Amino acid sequence: MEEKRSNSAGGVGGMALFALIGFVGALVVGWGIFPKMLYSQKTQPIRFSHTVHSQLGIECEQCHHLGPDGRFAGLPSTESCAECHGEETGDTSANGKEIDKFVKDYVKTGRQVPWLVYQYQPDNVFFSHAAHKGFECTKCHLDVAKTDTPPPYYENRLSGYSKDTMKMWECERCHASMGTSNACFVCHK
Amino acid sequence: MSGQKKEFPITWGMVIDIDKCTGCGACMASCQTENNVEPQREASNKLRATSWMLVYELTNDKAFPNHDIAYLPRPCQQCGNPPCVSVCPVIATDKNENGGIVSQVYPRCIGCRYCVAACPYHVRYFGWYDPIWPEGMDKTLSPMTSVRPRGVVEKCTFCHHRWTQAKDAARVAGKDPENLDDGAYVTSCVQNCPSGALAFGDIKNPKHKVHELVKSPYAFRLLERLGTETQVYYISRREWVRKLGDNYLKSE
Repeated sequence: MEEKRSNSAGGVGGMALFALIGFVGALVVGWGIFPKMLYSQKTQPIRFSHTVHSQLGIECEQCHHLGPDGRFAGLPSTESCAECHGEETGDTSANGKEIDKFVKDYVKTGRQVPWLVYQYQPDNVFFSHAAHKGFECTKCHLDVAKTDTPPPYYENRLSGYSKDTMKMWECERCHASMGTSNACFVCHK
Repeated sequence: MSGQKKEFPITWGMVIDIDKCTGCGACMASCQTENNVEPQREASNKLRATSWMLVYELTNDKAFPNHDIAYLPRPCQQCGNPPCVSVCPVIATDKNENGGIVSQVYPRCIGCRYCVAACPYHVRYFGWYDPIWPEGMDKTLSPMTSVRPRGVVEKCTFCHHRWTQAKDAARVAGKDPENLDDGAYVTSCVQNCPSGALAFGDIKNPKHKVHELVKSPYAFRLLERLGTETQVYYISRREWVRKLGDNYLKSE
């Protein structure tokens, strides 16, 4: 009897220790390891500096604008970038080398840059930029104007979507608070 | 509540003049390309083929010289009281948006086909096969409509994406997107009908042509006595055609 009692007393301390180890382990797995497993990290094909361009006084709308029919033009084409960056600079600075890489790989070959769009929506979603013109771009988009190096792009290994893609509940919550319809076909196609 | 008609400030409606229809099938072809309906592997198998818009041939069953035929194009009738919506167990289809277009959300559909059975107009199609575009034909794919996988139900949406595009164009032009001009939003089949048999617009808007057309004494709707309150109207000056719009007794 005596022995058993002392054993169980030591068992409580041991159990608490193991519970703590298990708890910390679960936190490490849930916060650290699992997200890394779920998302693969990708970098943009060209290290485009939004800071440099915005410091030159270029407005966001100059490259990302609405078309005359209300469609969002999205990202600028290689041709419009080439209006300024048409020739290799021969500059040996980090920025200069990146410009030369862009000119050599895309302008000279006539290819489009496969930019990774952080907010790209699935195929069955219609998002109207014209309808959301009253909002600041940074309400939904990363504030890339302040980034010299584009932030890494996290791709969900299962779905293939970007980690920063707006989720349906976020769209719905804002629509509900604005009194806008949440009917399926308002956003889905 | 079932059995109650849903009303919206805008009611998108189609008016089809059967007497003008030549049965050419331009509506069917344009619908298929506009809405990314995959090239059919066996279009003659009507139990497996998909055609959001379908032209039926009608006949008065009389011998020459009294024989007469007519063609009836059939899109989704966008019922005011849709039988497909009330049977859907997962709310993949609903009629809850201004305009009254019955929606269909493919990723939510579980393919149970209750709606296919419930629709009295046979407008709903189940995807029996994986959609495959032969090499080269994939260039016809439109980014405005999502491609449906195998195993879900699809149907005509009155080219809903064209409405969103028309609203965007109105917004940029500084016009009211909720009060579009007549013709600012028309479906692909209406735009491509060479004989002008199809008309499209807001039935409740007096500035739209269809507002007057539905008041024609020759206008009727299909299976009206079911109480589906459809948003597609047909016009024919021939009585036998109008009689085929519903199941009448010999005494009627």
